[in-house]
Amino acid sequence: MGTSILLDALTLQLGYNAKLVAIGAALLGIAAGASGTFLFLRKRALVSDAISHATLPGVGLAFLVMAAFGGDGRHLVGLLLGAALTAGAGLLAMHWLTRRTRLAEDAAIGAVLSVFFGFGVVLLTVIQTVSVGRPAGLEDFLLGATAGMLYQDAVLITVAGALAVLVVWLLRRPMTMVAFDAGFAAASGVNVRRVDLAMMGLVLAVTIIGLKMVGLVLIVALLIIPPVTARFWTNRSDRVVIIAGVFGGLSGFIGAAISATAPSLPTGPIIVLTAFVLFVVSMLFAPGRGVLAAWMRHRRQQRRIHLRQGLLAIAQDLPIYERYTLQLLVRAGLARADGVPTELGRRRAEKACRDESRWAVARRMHSHESAVSRYDGLLPIEDVLTRDEIREIDRQIADAGGECA
Amino acid sequence: MIRALKTAMGRAPIGDPLDTVSDKPLAVRGLTVSYGDKPAVFSLDMTVNDGSMTAIIGPNGAGKSTTLKAVLGIVPRLSGVVSVFGQPLAKSRPRIAYVPQRASVDWDFPTRVIDVVLMGLVRELGLLRPVRDRHRKHAFECLDRVGMRDFAERQIGQLSGGQQQRVFLARALAQGADLYLLDEPFAGVDAATERAIIDVLKSLRADGRTVVAVHHDLSTVRDYFDHVMIINVHKVAEGPVAEAFSEENLQRAYGGRLAANLMDQLQLGGH
Amino acid sequence: MGGEFVMLSLVPILIGVLAAIACALPGNFLVLRRQALIGDAISHVVLPGIVVGFLLSGTVSSWAMMAGAAGAAIVAVLLIELVRRLGRIEPGAAMGVAFTALFAFGVLLLEQSDTSSVHLDVQHALYGNLESLIWVEARGWSSLLDPVALAGLPPELTRIAIVSLLMLVFTVVFWRPLKISTFDEGFARVLGMRTNLIGLGLVIMAAIAAVASFDAVGSIIVIAMFICPPAAARLMTNRLEAQVLWSVAFAVFSAVMGYVLAGYGPLWLGADDAVSAAGMIATVSGLVLALAALYGPHRRSTGASAEG
Repeated sequence: MGTSILLDALTLQLGYNAKLVAIGAALLGIAAGASGTFLFLRKRALVSDAISHATLPGVGLAFLVMAAFGGDGRHLVGLLLGAALTAGAGLLAMHWLTRRTRLAEDAAIGAVLSVFFGFGVVLLTVIQTVSVGRPAGLEDFLLGATAGMLYQDAVLITVAGALAVLVVWLLRRPMTMVAFDAGFAAASGVNVRRVDLAMMGLVLAVTIIGLKMVGLVLIVALLIIPPVTARFWTNRSDRVVIIAGVFGGLSGFIGAAISATAPSLPTGPIIVLTAFVLFVVSMLFAPGRGVLAAWMRHRRQQRRIHLRQGLLAIAQDLPIYERYTLQLLVRAGLARADGVPTELGRRRAEKACRDESRWAVARRMHSHESAVSRYDGLLPIEDVLTRDEIREIDRQIADAGGECA
Repeated sequence: MIRALKTAMGRAPIGDPLDTVSDKPLAVRGLTVSYGDKPAVFSLDMTVNDGSMTAIIGPNGAGKSTTLKAVLGIVPRLSGVVSVFGQPLAKSRPRIAYVPQRASVDWDFPTRVIDVVLMGLVRELGLLRPVRDRHRKHAFECLDRVGMRDFAERQIGQLSGGQQQRVFLARALAQGADLYLLDEPFAGVDAATERAIIDVLKSLRADGRTVVAVHHDLSTVRDYFDHVMIINVHKVAEGPVAEAFSEENLQRAYGGRLAANLMDQLQLGGH
Repeated sequence: MGGEFVMLSLVPILIGVLAAIACALPGNFLVLRRQALIGDAISHVVLPGIVVGFLLSGTVSSWAMMAGAAGAAIVAVLLIELVRRLGRIEPGAAMGVAFTALFAFGVLLLEQSDTSSVHLDVQHALYGNLESLIWVEARGWSSLLDPVALAGLPPELTRIAIVSLLMLVFTVVFWRPLKISTFDEGFARVLGMRTNLIGLGLVIMAAIAAVASFDAVGSIIVIAMFICPPAAARLMTNRLEAQVLWSVAFAVFSAVMGYVLAGYGPLWLGADDAVSAAGMIATVSGLVLALAALYGPHRRSTGASAEG
């Protein structure tokens, strides 16, 4: 039964509100993933944390102002405007601290985040005690809540999410350039300050839009986790943006759908945990940059280097210095446990040594400079030079009257 | 990354020597270091003699600093054995002083020149022993040797590049080591500092200490050093300057294209 | 007046002051190491920690929750290191991934096991509840000498006092390794210092301080205690010894002023009820930082840099 509900949710067969929330979450995820990428590539991922925590006093202030003017203190647009205002102020304060003082950005982020949040908590207690309107519900902005979300709130989130995606798409080129290499972007005529501002504005917008759905603590996750996940799949910054958007959208949609199947599955945390699962899978198994692939590559290279060194030592009648080298030689049938090489080992050593002398000669010949620059101690010389060139090198070695150095 | 992988996945017995390598101040066998997939240093052997002054030279990206850091265990090695005065690194640390690249530390750190020099005495001071007058006197003497006594109370961020380098050297002197390893000590310093540093290094050699420095200025190799080690990922040459510092070896390390330029530079600076 | 003060305000002020000191001491090194946000990450996982502590022990006893919070802090630190090293991800992003995922996990667990008692404690964990830590047995200043009354002191006070003492001992004993490895890690390693262990020890100390302070000032406001006093202190002096002393002074000032303003400020303004003391302490520490940033004698970076 559970699976059929989930299937219904994933194929948008649930109620109208749930449908809207899922679409809104997907759009939010795309916008967050893409705009978070720009922060991540500039190594400023946690700036989003300061922005999101700095929304709390804004929510409180907006409530107090609206209630003071006799309105409903919980009007969503008003609360979000207030949130945007103090988040913007937090951003300015952070900028000011890093520009005007010797403090590093991390200290500025932490100071703004905690002080603004602390002030927000003060305001919340003011609201509780001043007893205006019905203050309940402001806590939802902390952890997010879609249960009981009004229809127009869902529409608002969906439309704003779509707009944010549109802006990301329009600004993708200048933002990618700045994120990848700000100096180069400036040199080619991009206004880095303005693009930076746009980037921050976008992150701020995503934070505000996500506030009601995932809450101010967890919206940060949507801005950070998808870009980090995407990084495992590609080295190209323009692709990171797209892949992060896809992962963000997927997390938003799947998370919202799963959450719609049961009341005890809150939307924000489920979306974040979905994103986290995608992250873990990517970190472990992505080809190229994944942990498993990197580890296998590393071990293989380590074995090759030790074997090579061992063979060269055999060829030159030098002692083998490391136990690990000897172990590998023995395992490959190239040497006996006491270090004496086998017949096969001798032959392979001769070949390794011949290659080394060939490289040494090639290094002295100007015509092979580009090939030589690829030398890493392991590359077979046959891979970079033609048979004729190697023959020429061998002739020179013979002239010099020696095989192995 | 590599160290992380090793710790996380169980390490291979790298650097586990089968036998004593040498009794020399510094002996390296089969040193390989890799950042990512391409070795930065490949299968390097190196032997440094007592009371010698050795320059490690090579083109940019040749692995000069990496070699020094791997020898000292600051970066992990993929393979290789290091021995200092015939003993593994862990046992011979008190006999080594190290002068890192100036850019490697945070010069905005809240501390004074004299405090940095006193860091060289930390082995003697331990965790809690108070700094006494004789420690301070010793630190001032070391500052004297590099001509920085008048700056003792200055905040380190207020110093010029050359002065910062001299403070680092004073800290190394305070350690009272037998083997001095320096990473680009002359990079970006003024002429007065360069002279001051080389005078100190030569006096160390006169005392029978051993000096190894990563060096980038080929024009001063002959004047400053008695031994040279030329590397470009692999070792190109090693030996007394008179023998190893030859046009052929430089060509092999720096490539044919650069050789002509280098020769010009040497004509200007040498002899 | 005196009796009421001792009963209602003395203990909260003391706890606030001790918590502020306990966080500011390791905070100095975190700020200098550009690891200020480790405090951020650790304190966010306190919530999942206390939920797990509650679920495993089945009680709302503070020891179970403390243990849960401490466990979560250690899990968070390990997860951050794992992501940073295995994934080769820069530390800021690695923290962001780790603490948000753990926080989400905590909120999910909470919703699954929704009980009103725990729910109360979530507010408590996020905002702190300094005001509730009153000394019921106190009758006046003389109670400070009365063993019966002293036995009734809130256990939170003893706990934070022990933790502050621990931070003080840690800072004094490991002063030299902390200073040298923060300034020049390569040199520290060549001296044979285990710089990884020193860094880990510092983070664990910060975690202990955060966990011990969370029930007083709340897990998010704790970040202000880690960062604001040391950051403000950095702008006052160019010597580490003086910086640490300044940071302690700022921490004490923020705690006392914050508590007083929260408790008596609204009364002066004509309102009846106090506002959150923890929030006010964070606010005051922020104001102190702002003033230091405006007028601190050493607010600017000193001239020549090594990058040259």
